[in-house]
Amino acid sequence: MTEAVARAYQEQWARVVATLARRYRDLDLAEEAAAEAFATAVERWAVDGVPPNPGGWLTTTAHRKAIDRIRRENRRDSLYREAQVLSDDTPPEPLGAIDDDRLRLIYTCCHPALAMEARVALTLRMVGGLTMPEIARGFLVPESTMGQRITRAKAKITAARIPYRVPAAHDLPARTSGVLAVLFLVFNEGYLATGPDTDPIRPHLTAEAIRLTRLVRTLLPEDGEVAGLLALILLTEARRPARVAADGTLVPLASQDRDAWDRGLVDEGHRLVRERLASGVAPGRYQLLAAINAVHTDARDARDTDWLQVLALYDQLVRLDRSPVVALNRAVAVAEVEGPEVALAAVDDLPLDGYHAFHATRAELLRRLDRRDEARAAYDRAITLSGNTAEAAFLARRRDELDERSR
Amino acid sequence: MQYFVSVIDDRTSSGTPEEMVAIDAFNDRLRSGGHWVFAAGLAAPESATVIDARGEEPIVTDGPFVESKEHIAGFWIIDAPDLDVALALMTDGSKACNRRVEVRPFLV
Repeated sequence: MTEAVARAYQEQWARVVATLARRYRDLDLAEEAAAEAFATAVERWAVDGVPPNPGGWLTTTAHRKAIDRIRRENRRDSLYREAQVLSDDTPPEPLGAIDDDRLRLIYTCCHPALAMEARVALTLRMVGGLTMPEIARGFLVPESTMGQRITRAKAKITAARIPYRVPAAHDLPARTSGVLAVLFLVFNEGYLATGPDTDPIRPHLTAEAIRLTRLVRTLLPEDGEVAGLLALILLTEARRPARVAADGTLVPLASQDRDAWDRGLVDEGHRLVRERLASGVAPGRYQLLAAINAVHTDARDARDTDWLQVLALYDQLVRLDRSPVVALNRAVAVAEVEGPEVALAAVDDLPLDGYHAFHATRAELLRRLDRRDEARAAYDRAITLSGNTAEAAFLARRRDELDERSR
Repeated sequence: MQYFVSVIDDRTSSGTPEEMVAIDAFNDRLRSGGHWVFAAGLAAPESATVIDARGEEPIVTDGPFVESKEHIAGFWIIDAPDLDVALALMTDGSKACNRRVEVRPFLV
């Protein structure tokens, strides 16, 4: 693909698919016609040069491809569909600040009636424009499996008539939080990639999650949680260069080379967090997580971390989200403020026996309390459960250090 | 667009008087909103009879076609413009009958 087409693909794919999906009410057709339009652009633009309005050119071309396809397929319903194209009787929808076809597309792909894995796949394909092999690679499943997942999801959207629209105001917060959950999942799978013998980080997934979250932020600029998620993943991504050592082991936050952090991303994340603080609106889950990350990335040295502030933020978070995972993360701050013994008491009863981070956290606390045998057992359990190669390598090193110290 | 809504049950008794009152009120809402098509409760699965007339001789078997812990205790057929409306309606339907419900589109 030429550079111009590649850029247009990044900027226009979601727009073209979304416009077509709205017009023809058929995701399959929208996706195929958009793909054909970009393929045509590769040929034509090389010969004729890049048109003055690439987005307009692509949309028009995609519409033609869609109509060609409807005629060519000559399906039983094609006449009906063509009639629908000619006389679009869907009522005009109110033009609001958030009236954008791409938003409709995102809410449809992230509809709660679809399975989570289908939402993720569909969002990456339809909104992100990732190819099927790219998505399959990202989640380590065979291409055919990923293809079926997307096909099934599209079929359900049609058969059950999942609407193609921005949800009503009373549904909007819940539905937006569903969209953010999909984006966060994509980011996390990229940031702490799971799977034996795989790269510990899959940057194309983290990059895609950031790009899509930026897009959602453009479309929903007033939503605090969207800003919160963007800040959170930017501040996390900023630390990526320092996160895996040359030998492939994970470097924990306290030992990272802070000069290696991406200063631009840190600054952008901090700006978003300050903006949310200044809004005076009570922060949601993602904003609090972003604020916690802002405190961490604000410290020049790990020893300068304002743990009281971190703990205060976790206390707020626990009130919003009573999940044991939040309680576990809070315990890390408790250890710094009130000591490892208090923290260990707080984690011991959490129902997280199948979660690697639970055992890793316990191991670190036990180690600080010099309870080596228990620490070793906890490291072993964490290593068994960890799906990330760099993390497992780090935990193994920590465990082996225990033996060296006891010698 | 019409949806078939199955009421999923793991109890053998039918609805309690309180449930029946809530279901009636919900049905009135369906009717006044223009969503009502049909609804009915079903007798226990053991009262079912399966017929297979694909062969030469029809075979008649006592009991439901699938034995499971859960069964369909009743159903609604509702009319809704799309799945969001159907799900919002049947969230209240699930509350009213105090059971899980499955919302499934008819083929169009």
